[in-house]
Amino acid sequence: MELINYVHEKLTTKNKLPGFRAGDTVTVHYKIKEGDKERVQQFKGVVIKLKGAGITKTFTVRKISNGVGVERIFPVNSPFIDKVEINKKGDVRRAKLYYLRNLTGKKARIQERITNVTEETSEAVKA
Amino acid sequence: MSGLIGKKVGMTSIFGANGKQIPCTVLEAGPCVVTQVRSKDKDGYEAVQLAFGERKEKHSNKAMMGHFKKANTTPKRKVAEFKGFEATKNLGDVLTVADVFTEGEFVDIISKSKGKGFQGVIKRHNFSGVGGQTHGQHDRLRAPGSLGNSSTGARVIPGKRMPGRTGGNRVKSLNLEIVKILAEKNLILVKGSVAGSIGTLVTIEK
Repeated sequence: MELINYVHEKLTTKNKLPGFRAGDTVTVHYKIKEGDKERVQQFKGVVIKLKGAGITKTFTVRKISNGVGVERIFPVNSPFIDKVEINKKGDVRRAKLYYLRNLTGKKARIQERITNVTEETSEAVKA
Repeated sequence: MSGLIGKKVGMTSIFGANGKQIPCTVLEAGPCVVTQVRSKDKDGYEAVQLAFGERKEKHSNKAMMGHFKKANTTPKRKVAEFKGFEATKNLGDVLTVADVFTEGEFVDIISKSKGKGFQGVIKRHNFSGVGGQTHGQHDRLRAPGSLGNSSTGARVIPGKRMPGRTGGNRVKSLNLEIVKILAEKNLILVKGSVAGSIGTLVTIEK
């Protein structure tokens, strides 16, 4: 275990992402390679889970696209991630929001989390 | 084939040069001690015997103690012979990762797979079971089916795949790419998986 941690420490290239957690609405700007051109695409949706640690840490973003639920899993430290914007903080009671998959429309809304005047620094993503 | 003895540390993944995630197995390879040098005139072939892993003295018998004492080292857990080292090795030499492997090379890894105990044919031989769940069938879902012919033959052909002890075999994974070497801790990362549980001693051949 120590040796695995050593490998993680040694080889993780840390992306500086803002601290977000499950329930937050984020826009992920990620780079796409088409041939030898590179452009940035956006994916906006609700973070439904954070998983793993070190190099293998990932987060899953869910959105409804043309009436169809779409989920994308991003490695937190992926070199393809350009930046992550937090659009809205959500107030949820659990860490994995799988129940959203069975809900649509108004039921699938998440209430906004009211934070204190002092800027809350979430510990959720400290990659 | 030159190589080293090592230990499986676990799995992780790293980002390659093109940004893609590569699944990796982390192996602790060496340092290995040369405990015997086989020569053409004495043994009829050329090879080097390497030893790896600490073993307590109270768990080692006198014959082993004597053998390791010749190389001026402590008792070890595993010994294996390797051929084809370029430079000549002497008794008691210590080989580390940097001496043997370089990044980008392909290696074969021999290890012992996890024991599964007595298993049925579905897990053991990838059979697909018998029939469906309807038409009055029951109790046959994971059965092996027919073992052979009736009166013509009237016996089971040798080698028929049946339930039994599964796993715990010597498994050799061929051509795994070394994606990274961390020489200061004697670690190598190979692409893909290696049989066996964490802590299994493995032989890494070049």
